[in-house]
Amino acid sequence: MFWLRKAWAELKNEVFVLPSRTLVLVWVIALLALPAVYGDAYVLRILTMTCIFAIFAASWDLLAGYTGQVNFGHALFFGAGAYTSALMSLKLGLSPWITIWAGTLVATLFGFLVGYICLRLRGSYLSLATLALPLIALGLLFAFPDFTGGELGVSGLRRLAATPAGNYYLAAGSMLAIVFGLWLLADSKFGIVLHAIRDDEVAARASGINTPRYKMLVFAIAAAAAGFAGALFAHYLRVAGPSTLEVALSFQVVIWGIFGGAATIYGPVAAVFILYPLTEWLGSFRHFGELRLLIFAVIVLLVLLFMPRGLSPWVRDKLETLCPRCKQRNAFSRTTCRLCGAGLKAHASQSKVPGAERLVGHQ
Amino acid sequence: MLQDILVTGLVNGGVYALLAIGFSLIFGVARIVNIAHTAFYMLAAYCFYTLLTKTGLGFVLSGLIAVGAVTAFSVLCYRLVIEPVREHEAAVLIATIALALIFQEVMLFTFGGHFLGIPSTLEGAVRVLGVSIPYQRLLILVVAAAMLLGVWFTLYRTRLGLAIRATANDLEVANLMGMNVNRVAMATVAISVGLASVAGVVVAPVFVVDPFMWLAPLVTMLAIVVLGGLGSLKGSLIGALVIGYVEAITVFAVPAGAYLKGAVALLIMVIVLLARPEGLFGVAFEEER
Repeated sequence: MFWLRKAWAELKNEVFVLPSRTLVLVWVIALLALPAVYGDAYVLRILTMTCIFAIFAASWDLLAGYTGQVNFGHALFFGAGAYTSALMSLKLGLSPWITIWAGTLVATLFGFLVGYICLRLRGSYLSLATLALPLIALGLLFAFPDFTGGELGVSGLRRLAATPAGNYYLAAGSMLAIVFGLWLLADSKFGIVLHAIRDDEVAARASGINTPRYKMLVFAIAAAAAGFAGALFAHYLRVAGPSTLEVALSFQVVIWGIFGGAATIYGPVAAVFILYPLTEWLGSFRHFGELRLLIFAVIVLLVLLFMPRGLSPWVRDKLETLCPRCKQRNAFSRTTCRLCGAGLKAHASQSKVPGAERLVGHQ
Repeated sequence: MLQDILVTGLVNGGVYALLAIGFSLIFGVARIVNIAHTAFYMLAAYCFYTLLTKTGLGFVLSGLIAVGAVTAFSVLCYRLVIEPVREHEAAVLIATIALALIFQEVMLFTFGGHFLGIPSTLEGAVRVLGVSIPYQRLLILVVAAAMLLGVWFTLYRTRLGLAIRATANDLEVANLMGMNVNRVAMATVAISVGLASVAGVVVAPVFVVDPFMWLAPLVTMLAIVVLGGLGSLKGSLIGALVIGYVEAITVFAVPAGAYLKGAVALLIMVIVLLARPEGLFGVAFEEER
């Protein structure tokens, strides 16, 4: 009873005070309760894919949003995980439970490799060079069709779980674990170092941070998560095809990441949970089916025009205000800070010169 | 085979140079990584196709109208979509990706996904050094050379070119010296997309026209630009020739080369980057911290 009361107090004082935390709690509960409430196989299928892509988008955000290594070829890790686990499962006959970890491991190695290559590159050079890497892999796949299946990919894999609900829980559970893991990591001291590397690498190095080691580590972590997502994807769809390495997938994850709001982890996840089911749903209409990519692109464009920093920072700014004195976040309904009692409204009235930021250049 | 490699490499290199120099210009001046650049090239090819087959205008006239229309359209896109989010680099990036996707889907919806062939502008071939070059490929080469000369003249012999180079060098100082930076950026967009649409119009009769024709040149173009050094025009030109020849050699001399040509070109880019992180002719951005 004491523990129950303590848990309730924690919940009330830490979670319900902030709308964003309440939203996250509601989302987790809804995610876990869904198959029991509404077990439609089609909905479960879409949400399973959404969860897999959410892992993928979150891993991109750790690399691009936090560390500033804007990777245009994140599909390389996804494809490495998918193809490794598919080939091992098919050629060696291993169980999916082993091959998924093998896929993750190979993707991690790829992460170290790409991280090593990219140590000397920065900014746009890095983005454009990484864009090339999955395409090199794709060219090699097509050049050796006997081993890799060429255009058709590797098909006929075993499923992880027999029922749709089982697959869903597997994807949702690993998604929650990985996303919260990445979030914790990004919120820790490690994450602060990553922020420092993104904002000013020279200053970070001058402060005694071994930036190459951190960058390679981040590449490896992001690649591991993406490879895990790729392996799950291959075993869920029972096929690992060239689509896992295509430019379209690399661009897709960039769109998710920036649409949701970079350097937040939860932003890209939210973006996937909004955009992926939306496009699938639009695709289910007969007349809209052909137009779904068009509608997707138009929505992304329009949202960006109004929220150039991404969706989740915008929503968060609407729901919460920052205390000017103690820098703690507060619900939008409060007029005084919940921790230090300072007034919150005075901060908002600071006037700005309209359009001034447009003249200050493009940094 | 040697002659084949020489000619194909030169022609492809010319087309790539048109694309890469435009991309490089716009990156240098406005720091925009314009993913939609080759989508404009695709649009120009479609525009040319429609004008040619539906309205019966001549080759020259429909080519000119296509280039003009696509260029005007690109300025409109820039004003409506890119300029409002200019301060947010990431937003600009995915805005251009979204634009490219929109163009692709609209073309897919209007014309369907199948390949469209355009009758060759010029029939016949000329024999040079024992290898026959179709006039169409020769035309590509001539147009590419003329456009490159035109760009060089604009950039180094006119006031607008001076303003463009100054803005590329230092945007804030250029602004303080009284140049209208926004208008310079707009002019650069027009020049750059103009080059891309010229490329689209001249290659349309040689390649097939389909809604996905922007992806392959996009990747090659990015490889060229990075290889030569971002924002460096000389680098883009030399990079385009290098990649054009490398692709030609791979296709003609390596078994299964058609699959590998992209991979080999990209591999060369990665190797160059490893040796020289700022590309062949790029400036190291040490001060841009």
